[in-house]
Amino acid sequence: MSTKTDKIDRLAELTAQQESSSGASLWREALKRLRASKMALVGAWIIAVFLLLAIIGPWVAPYAPGQQWRGEVFVNRAEFVGARAENWFGLDHLGRDIFSRMLVGARQTLLLGVVSTLIGLSVGALIGSFSGACATLGGRVGQRIDSVVMRCIDIMLALPSLLLAVSVAAVLGQSMTTVMIAIGVVQIPVFARLLRGAMLVQGGSDYVLAAHSLGIRKRRIVLTQIMPNSLSPVIVQATLSLATAIIEAAALSFLGLGNPDSAKNPEWGVMLTQAQNYADSAPMMAVYPALAIIITALGFTLLGEAMREALDPKLRG
Amino acid sequence: MSLLELDDVKVHFPVKKGLIFDRTVGHVYAVDGVSLSVEEGQTYGLVGESGCGKTTLGRSVLRLVDITDGSVNFDGTDLAKLPAEEMRTFRRRLQMVFQDPLGSLNPRQNIESILSEGMAAHGIGGTREERREKIRDILAKVGLPANALARYPHEFSGGQRQRIGIARALVLEPDVIICDEPVSALDVSIQAQVINLLEELQESLGLTYLVIAHDLAVVRHISDVIGVMYLGSLVEEAPSDALYAEPRHPYTKALMSAVPVPDPEVEDRRERILLTGDLPSPANPPAGCRFHTRCPWAQDTLCATERPALKDVGGGHKVACHFAAEIAAGTVERTAASVVPATREEMADRVVETPAE
Repeated sequence: MSTKTDKIDRLAELTAQQESSSGASLWREALKRLRASKMALVGAWIIAVFLLLAIIGPWVAPYAPGQQWRGEVFVNRAEFVGARAENWFGLDHLGRDIFSRMLVGARQTLLLGVVSTLIGLSVGALIGSFSGACATLGGRVGQRIDSVVMRCIDIMLALPSLLLAVSVAAVLGQSMTTVMIAIGVVQIPVFARLLRGAMLVQGGSDYVLAAHSLGIRKRRIVLTQIMPNSLSPVIVQATLSLATAIIEAAALSFLGLGNPDSAKNPEWGVMLTQAQNYADSAPMMAVYPALAIIITALGFTLLGEAMREALDPKLRG
Repeated sequence: MSLLELDDVKVHFPVKKGLIFDRTVGHVYAVDGVSLSVEEGQTYGLVGESGCGKTTLGRSVLRLVDITDGSVNFDGTDLAKLPAEEMRTFRRRLQMVFQDPLGSLNPRQNIESILSEGMAAHGIGGTREERREKIRDILAKVGLPANALARYPHEFSGGQRQRIGIARALVLEPDVIICDEPVSALDVSIQAQVINLLEELQESLGLTYLVIAHDLAVVRHISDVIGVMYLGSLVEEAPSDALYAEPRHPYTKALMSAVPVPDPEVEDRRERILLTGDLPSPANPPAGCRFHTRCPWAQDTLCATERPALKDVGGGHKVACHFAAEIAAGTVERTAASVVPATREEMADRVVETPAE
């Protein structure tokens, strides 16, 4: 009898200890909060569907993106083919199946958003962290360096982003890579400023002072103390700028600087651009890609917003 | 020779202005010529109101702020002139406990990582296992459970966080610990725990403390010697009991009279000195005695023109006041009416009388 209760007590003790010794890191807690958020759920589902389409799109598309239905669309007579059983979203101005082109274009669009954001994120974070490290722990010389770097970034920020992208695209010539680089370059100053600002805030905090007083080397303070605490706004910004990257790519395509081989490699931004010429006679041609862009952008924005809320230590319950 | 000796330490922060090229338009005299010495195994308490430079002084000892002038002698080495890398290795022997227990712990590091980082920086305890063993040992000393290792700062209570802060200082086996307002962010009941812990650790490990606080009761409880700071310099320094028995500087008198006495009879009848005005700006300190603008005993001669030095008046009791002896003897009259001798009863009577008129 008594041995049994002892065993139960022991078990209770053990499980209790296991629970308390695991320790929940801030990241893990944020993930938990993220899972509980409806906004994040909706955003994640949209992105998941988008990702799935990007992967399987070319195989499930009913027709090849370049395949034409001849003799049905007459642009000069304003005769278009709308949605029908054969072509769910109708035909475009060259008699191609819009539904198939959108499925195939999902991959291109995603690639563009991810790659250009990655370019902006990596280069921007590199510049921002260098500048932030100089400003917080580099002494007087470091502050001078930071000041110079930041003025250059400010110049980039002062230029209208589309103008900056157009000039980059003009220099590099017309291609998909150009669009990615151009949009990435536009994002650089945003990420650099954001990371540097966060690092400055963290650099003045008590625990950095404490790390300094412990005798930890400056390089290590930047890596283990300042950086991990400065990253969350940058991560959030990355999810948000994925959405803007897609829209900016559409703008670049609109100006004729985007994908040159749009027949075989359709992309939503380009489709939207081409559709606007026939907006009076075939408005639906523009609606499909526009809706797709809006929904995808919404998905990324929702997830980004939810991430920001989850990572904000002030909202921790 | 004392373990830690500060000689005429000055910390002046330049005030800069300018769009492109910074011009120095003035200085904030945060610490302006402080000399003190801390004996091995003892506790030196530093008190003063907010903004008097006590925290800056504490940080200057560890060179967390740049020392403008003066020397900090620690065990025969002048820290103020040490190259950066040597200073870094010296920090193992001088540690600090911070005011804000949560703010001074990295929220993204678990306790093991927080405590082992200092050891890694100074090459203490070879393997991970050895370090962990040592951390467990220290955690037991400060009264934290061993399963705290994998947890994060936000999972602990205020008192526990401060223990973690103390443990972080202790793992490096320092000689001196500078406690910057170690308990002011804690509840009163927890304050006592942490203060007692500090005292126990001092006894068992032979630590030397420099305790910075604004709470006179805390400082009195823990200190052997107390220094009173006002606007960047020491105005009085004395063994703890002597200072509380007989404060000599007018500022110390005012500070002491602000502490309530836990006896209503005495509390109602005792005389309280109320200081008028705010602390003058350390960017533009008053000439002469720094305290003369608020001093109830300020005299026409000397006070406004000459800065008094910290002089020994017997028994290790040092005062920086031209008229300390006269004030003690009662031969100098108060010049300002900022003293409130009125007892509460009298004041209550007056309040009752007024509507009757």
